[in-house]
Amino acid sequence: MVMEIVCPAGTPAALRAAVKAGAHTIYCGFADETNARNFPGLNFDRSEMRDGVAFAHTHGAKVLVAINTFPRAGEEVIWHRAIDDAAASSADAVILADLGLLNYAAQNHPDLRRHLSVQAAAANADVINFYAEAFGVKRVVLPRVLSVPEIAEINAETEVETEVFVFGGLCVMAEGRCSLSSYATGLSPNMNGVCSPASHVEYSDDQGVLDARLGGYTIHRVGKNDPAPYPTLCKGCFNASGKSSHLFEDPVSLNAERLIPQLQQAGVAALKIEGRQRSRSYVAQVVRNFRAAVDALEAGHPLPEGMLARLSEGQAMTTGAYKKTWR
Amino acid sequence: MELTVGPNQFFWSADRWAALYNDLADAPVNRVVLGELVCSKRLPFYQDRIPDAVSTLQAAGKSVALTSLALVTLKRERKLTCELAEMGVEVEINDLTALPFFPQSTRFSVGPLVNIYNEGTLAWLAARGAQRVCLPPELPLSSVEVLAAAGADLGVTIEVWGHGRLPLAISGRCYHARMHGRTKDNCQFACEDDPDGLDVRTLDDQPFLAMNGVQTLSDSYASTAHHIDALAKAGVSALRLSPQSTGFTALCDVYRRLLEDQCDGEQTVEAIRNIDSSARLSNGFLTGDFGADWSGDAAQVSGRT
Repeated sequence: MVMEIVCPAGTPAALRAAVKAGAHTIYCGFADETNARNFPGLNFDRSEMRDGVAFAHTHGAKVLVAINTFPRAGEEVIWHRAIDDAAASSADAVILADLGLLNYAAQNHPDLRRHLSVQAAAANADVINFYAEAFGVKRVVLPRVLSVPEIAEINAETEVETEVFVFGGLCVMAEGRCSLSSYATGLSPNMNGVCSPASHVEYSDDQGVLDARLGGYTIHRVGKNDPAPYPTLCKGCFNASGKSSHLFEDPVSLNAERLIPQLQQAGVAALKIEGRQRSRSYVAQVVRNFRAAVDALEAGHPLPEGMLARLSEGQAMTTGAYKKTWR
Repeated sequence: MELTVGPNQFFWSADRWAALYNDLADAPVNRVVLGELVCSKRLPFYQDRIPDAVSTLQAAGKSVALTSLALVTLKRERKLTCELAEMGVEVEINDLTALPFFPQSTRFSVGPLVNIYNEGTLAWLAARGAQRVCLPPELPLSSVEVLAAAGADLGVTIEVWGHGRLPLAISGRCYHARMHGRTKDNCQFACEDDPDGLDVRTLDDQPFLAMNGVQTLSDSYASTAHHIDALAKAGVSALRLSPQSTGFTALCDVYRRLLEDQCDGEQTVEAIRNIDSSARLSNGFLTGDFGADWSGDAAQVSGRT
């Protein structure tokens, strides 16, 4: 079976572009703190969501609604309403991470398909099967801590479909279990749907040296004419043991394009592209490339060569945890 | 309010590890959670000391629980997690992987690395057998208040992070190994040289984080010294103190005196600084604008200039 290409859409225009470019499935979120890409000017209001789902369905594509932050105590109703509205818009599934929300969805919308978000960081077959048994989860988005052989082992031990990230931003920490951003800025992926937010970034230019600060912490320093990467905390440069280095990860992004055949052999059902904050032209180009790759694989043809390099952050790419030596 | 000692997050020698729990038998704490939280490769070095530590602490009247690993990916880690449920000691789960191994009737506790942000999640876990929960350190006081009230209704004891470097992230990658140009599988136990984690500073040399193998902690020691009244009023029943390599039992004494009203927040902070004068403090997750923030005194805002 052809692996499903699951593509991000931060706007209705990006959704339409992705569908036309050949995405099998689109994922998106409401324009509030209920999803993990809660950026200004991004995401869908309720009527845009209904229209987007209808457009996708007309073209034979599916829509998944990410409601994958952790509801704030005392205000769960905001997140419950998001699930209700996703169901009302005829979305094909919701992507959830919080136990309470999974339970709410299973109890109140038993026919609405439930996917487990990467933010739940379910990293082995035991816990994945637990989510299936407790909440009827049909698909899990795997955290970016696993190698390809480990993914194959998981698929051998579970009926739950697996979806893996293949392109775009790369979390180096187990997702949903990182509060680095709120430690430095007060805003976190789990609570606010943002990481290393632009509102807390400052650049300063001092005699040809460009500093980038996040929440007042200087984590990049480059020459004025060098490319200045965005100061995402886990890709920052730090001093430790007498040296400055990218302790956690270099400013790279994920590209597992070359691993598509191995991922298919490992039993992966769907390939996920990161980047709801990206433009529709970016999204369309990435989708076309990945769609061509899975179609070629299905037809027994060789994969098209490295077409995605120039789309990635700072040109540097990694296959991340899929190769064991990354650890 | 009770005092709980959380699992040691760092890699100590077996002798040092065992000495901590011997000392804690005489310390004014009610509960001790022990075992390996961070990295399964560390466990064989002190695993055979665990039964003695458990019996020593139990004989001293402490309630004792064993922690699960925070991130379970490998076969042997799944096996270890499964075996925990059969050891006859209460388990504190710090990854939901442990949950399916408990029969529905088994009571367990939940540690700070499980995401409990709201009443729905707390209620679900309570129905599944959770009797005690240490909330994630990231939660603001407003959330702690709501969850403590919900915990009271559900019969779940609510604990909060009381003192210690904050566990901020866990990864598949070992940063100690990476810094030494090695991989996790061939780490040569680079983390054993840093009994409180390795200092990570910004490019301006501001103290910021502490690296501990696959775990990343705060540089600052989170302290609830100034929030005891607010936490007690909210219905919080226990404070968690996280082991550090120097003066830990003295630190337990300090917090005990605070809980018994023998000293106030200011005096507590002074006593903490007498134990380790270089320690930077924070309480920003509870009431500040950001986690590293410190409301204690204007002269020191943790990490920042």
